[in-house]
Amino acid sequence: MPVLTYREALNQALREELARDPDVLLFGEDVAEYGGSFKVTQGLLQEFGPRRVLDTPISEAAIVGTAVGLALGGLRPVAELMTVNFALVAFDQIVNHLAKMYFMFGGQCPMPVTIRAPGGGGHQLGAQHSHSLEAVFSHFPGLKVVYPSTPRTAKALLLAAIRDDDPVLFLEHEGLYNDKGEVPEGLEPLPLGRAEVVRPGEDVTLVGYGRMARLALEAAEALEADEISAEVVDLLSLRPLDWDTVAASVARTRRAVVVEECWPRCGIGADLVAGLCDRVFWELEAPIVRVSGEDIPAPYARELEQACIPDPAKIAAAARRVVDA
Amino acid sequence: MNRQEVLRAYRQMRLARAFETKVAELYQKGRMGGFSHLYTGEEAVAVGALWPLRPDDHVLGSYRDHVYLLVRGTDPGAVMAELYGHSDGCCKGLGGSMHLYDRERNFHGGYAIVAGECPVAVGLGLSVKYREGDQVVVCFFGDGATNQGVYHEALNMAGLWKLPIVFVCENNEYAIGTSVERSSAERNLARKASVYGMPAEAVDGMDFFKMVSAAERAVARARRGEGPTFIEARCYRYRGHSMSDPATYRSKEEVEFWRGRDVLEKLRGQIRHDFEVPDEEFDGLDAEVREAIEAAVAVAEAGRELSLEEARKLVYVRP
Repeated sequence: MPVLTYREALNQALREELARDPDVLLFGEDVAEYGGSFKVTQGLLQEFGPRRVLDTPISEAAIVGTAVGLALGGLRPVAELMTVNFALVAFDQIVNHLAKMYFMFGGQCPMPVTIRAPGGGGHQLGAQHSHSLEAVFSHFPGLKVVYPSTPRTAKALLLAAIRDDDPVLFLEHEGLYNDKGEVPEGLEPLPLGRAEVVRPGEDVTLVGYGRMARLALEAAEALEADEISAEVVDLLSLRPLDWDTVAASVARTRRAVVVEECWPRCGIGADLVAGLCDRVFWELEAPIVRVSGEDIPAPYARELEQACIPDPAKIAAAARRVVDA
Repeated sequence: MNRQEVLRAYRQMRLARAFETKVAELYQKGRMGGFSHLYTGEEAVAVGALWPLRPDDHVLGSYRDHVYLLVRGTDPGAVMAELYGHSDGCCKGLGGSMHLYDRERNFHGGYAIVAGECPVAVGLGLSVKYREGDQVVVCFFGDGATNQGVYHEALNMAGLWKLPIVFVCENNEYAIGTSVERSSAERNLARKASVYGMPAEAVDGMDFFKMVSAAERAVARARRGEGPTFIEARCYRYRGHSMSDPATYRSKEEVEFWRGRDVLEKLRGQIRHDFEVPDEEFDGLDAEVREAIEAAVAVAEAGRELSLEEARKLVYVRP
């Protein structure tokens, strides 16, 4: 089976969709000539030409607004925001326009828009380039939020996002771009809103997404040494969220640790704990524990920054606490 | 323009005026809620700017949007029902006054974030260019929009990519209660737009024929693939910004001055003179419009709101 990096898998998904559907077009800052800031769109201009792959000015709000208008014009735009931090500059267009229009206009306008946005910390980029904003965007009904963790899921979910008739914010973790993994040829789109149990276990469920799902898997392997059998659930979609899969797992293991890269207040973890309490409270043997990004802006200093991001050791320690409780 | 055409223009303007007058009345009676921003006084801008359009052209507006739909041919009953929040409204009662939409007539909203529609127009323009069509996008906004960042981003991209867009700025001198002098470093809004690679001109928005001729030039240019045009329509709204605004920031004299240049009266005078249209014919049109408005109100009064269950189904195409 072919092994690709997360970056190559995304590039392959874009290439296949551009080739498959003439209504798909790609645009954003430096996506064409430059090949994308993170090189995800490399080679696509050469293959599909400037009509299909367009560079834009540094105008994030207008980039998303353009995507909105293209969708109204019957096309399936894929816009890249150079980083999710810049999505805040386009927040109005994403939230007040894109997310609400199908509803607000009485179901007249499907919005098949995909907004790709790399993010996450770990590269010493300081407080304005290291955000994990998944919780912010998952707040809004009307928007779908996807966060793949592996090359296979990155490709399959991007195919699905582009073909979906609803707006999708497609988050990519900058720390995963070079990660390698098997990506079957002819891979089909994965349905949005479905989580995967990526490792079966008996004693505790570790719930993660994006890079955090990878770290949860590493933590689960480390926990084997303590004879703790951890199940790992990779959420893949943060909105809609696959409550059935998560709740079924936690109801079975009766213990859970939720891992988020974002800040803890009003975050993905808080939402998961509340949702799980609604669904499986009486099955729980111990309180659910959250492992979150540190509640401070991302510092530049290397070790300090690392200390702010969940790691396998913190996740494993949380799991031990939950199992010992 | 021939006799039939000018009478059609008169009827459109009369319908717009009568609709807004009725909305004010019903709003005051509590038949509808929210904000209601009326177009009264500015009718020549919408009717004139949309005059050269074909049904397959695209139109976007801001929150002061009732009249665009009427001009595009949306059933006044569907617009009125929307203001009532009823399920047979043009957005099933989910949009309301500021978020009207009519897919069938290529009216793409209805946006209540100032200048929010400007980049959306860029996307629509790009979709036309992408498909190598000759449709035109007309994008309306007020003078206040020209101070928003995204407005400048949108004009820059439209000019850069030579998109088939007509930007129509309704300069009614006030952004809510703040006058242009107090909000824009450049008072000449056409000049302010002229640096983005498009012709920009100021037009007397109180003169229907001047609006039409400016719009015809802009639309023809866009259809030829020559890119966007900016039209600053200098106009005036008779009422406050919305129904909740008594407009105390304007003098009585100022309002009287503009009302003295009323577009509807002026057009009627011109038509009567140039085409020798008798008063009875105008009266007939006025009666027809009155009936249409009464019918619209009847539709709205008879409707109902969507249930929560029905509304939930409209958040996603595929949940």
